[in-house]
Amino acid sequence: MMSENKFDHLENFSIGGMFYKTRLTDKFVKRSRYVEYDPHLIKAFIPGTIVEVFVRKGSRVEEGQKLLLLEAMKMRNVVVAPISGRVKQLWVKENDLVSKNQLMIELE
Amino acid sequence: MGLKEKSTDLRRRMRNALRGGGEKAIQKQKAIGKLTARERIIALLDHNTFHEYDLFVEHAGKDFDMDKKYLPGDGVITGTGMIMGHPVCIYAQDFTVAGGSLGWMHAKKITKIMDHALKLKVPLIGINDSGGARIQEGVNSLAGYGEIFYRNTLASGVIPQISVILGPCAGGAVYSPALTDFVFVVENISKMFITGPEVIKTVLGEEISMEALGGARVHCETTGNAHFFAESEQQCFDQIKNLVSYIPWNNTRKAVKYPKKRPNTKRYKIENIIPSDPREPYDVRDIIKAVTDDSAFLEVQDLFAQNIVIGFGRMEGETVGFVANQPLVLAGVLDVDSSDKAARFIRYCDSFNIPLVTLVDLPGYLPGVDQEHAGVIRHGAKILYAYSEATVPKITLIMRKAYGGGYIAMCSHHLRADFVFAWPTAEIAVMGPEGAANIIFRKEIASADDPEAYRKLKVEEYKEKFANPYVAAAYGYIDAVIEPVETRKMLIRALDISKDKEVSLPAKKHGVPPF
Repeated sequence: MMSENKFDHLENFSIGGMFYKTRLTDKFVKRSRYVEYDPHLIKAFIPGTIVEVFVRKGSRVEEGQKLLLLEAMKMRNVVVAPISGRVKQLWVKENDLVSKNQLMIELE
Repeated sequence: MGLKEKSTDLRRRMRNALRGGGEKAIQKQKAIGKLTARERIIALLDHNTFHEYDLFVEHAGKDFDMDKKYLPGDGVITGTGMIMGHPVCIYAQDFTVAGGSLGWMHAKKITKIMDHALKLKVPLIGINDSGGARIQEGVNSLAGYGEIFYRNTLASGVIPQISVILGPCAGGAVYSPALTDFVFVVENISKMFITGPEVIKTVLGEEISMEALGGARVHCETTGNAHFFAESEQQCFDQIKNLVSYIPWNNTRKAVKYPKKRPNTKRYKIENIIPSDPREPYDVRDIIKAVTDDSAFLEVQDLFAQNIVIGFGRMEGETVGFVANQPLVLAGVLDVDSSDKAARFIRYCDSFNIPLVTLVDLPGYLPGVDQEHAGVIRHGAKILYAYSEATVPKITLIMRKAYGGGYIAMCSHHLRADFVFAWPTAEIAVMGPEGAANIIFRKEIASADDPEAYRKLKVEEYKEKFANPYVAAAYGYIDAVIEPVETRKMLIRALDISKDKEVSLPAKKHGVPPF
């Protein structure tokens, strides 16, 4: 890590309108960027398995309607539509493993 | 049986118990670069000082045919000894005996040596190498862990507790190290996690190796669960010996005084370390080495949240705890991780009568959605709490920037620093000149003929007027503005005169720190 070349790889880092020459940490570089919530994108809130899909591409859905059954940690979670609309794209099928924040359904 | 026969019988019994898990299990242990539990204790302790207890303890399991099994020492070795002349209590789990699994008597051996350490008021060292709970003993195994955690908590702040992870330490077992003061790990040998890769894969479908999930490097760099990283067991033992030399045996004592030494001022010369441009970085550890005896510095958590540096050095032979912003990494900002790291260290030093020297050079707290959402408010508050609560001598040196909340947090007078020094290069202000000028002169800048030129002018004016230590000094927030070359002398004087410092705080059971 910091050895004789500790002053290599310096970046310009802005804080309070000033630029400082400094090193960035891996954790800082890899930090997750904020993405604004979009109710059209139905993402997995927990990693798990898709047990059942209740809608098809093109289905009309009402707010609160069941979309999927996502099993995680031995619990079956009903994923419902946060808004009314149409299923633009279905990205998962039954028995798929999904990771956290994976896109499952796109509404329009 | 006569005395002679009885002695022969004793020796035979000892030989049996000392055999551990047997040749085959020992070979397996060695094949992966691990020493046996007993070899570890011998390697760590001073020559011929190990005094073993409870060699003849046997397990108490009855179910699943366990009553027919003999487990030498029940998979853990306990005793007392010395490290560089400092007394310690020690235990080491023996992975060769039933995978070092923790059953009721195994736990009782550990809690017995813990009680002993607390009574004798000497440091406790635990070497962890265990597959976890002994499933055959069921709930008694859980009870054993609980008894250990309870004692870890009682002993916290009374005797130093050191955990050494030399093998697996998974599930509930991780909480004993987590409750102790310092955790040592070794590359490719230490593995710590609550749920292992297998469970994560079956439950969540995420695939990850053991090393990537909970190896030594992860815990040193990412989680902050471990404090010292070593590439081999021997290096790890050397680190432990070094640490033990810096810390007192218990909370009623001071650390043992070592012979005074001068720093190596040829190699570490403060005037040459600090760049003239405040935006240029330097390695704050070089400043620490410029003032410590023999330029020695034992850094704690050197791989985690590197934007703050913590660790031990000696001044005039006495242990000092250093907390320093590191301009070389993330400009030395405070954030969630660095606040957490520093706060715990401050509380450690305060518990064990180790004076604190704080070296300040930071532009403030790290801005960002991720920081705000990760709770930088409550984590940042830890450092304020820890400094305010600490009653050991607190000496602060402001080297360059001390802006905003960062100035307050880094052991300012307001949190009851005993001495606050500043170099002439110090800038103590509510924020950096750029930000301040933009806010104060917003209207004037907007309506100026040449806004950019006007803004620059105002930044310069602000710098001239406020980017120095004298405004704060005029209010008495800085006790003395000193030349960098005087630093060691002034720190030593301040530490020297604070030796009998006494502070009385309001009576309470305990506070409610933001952790």
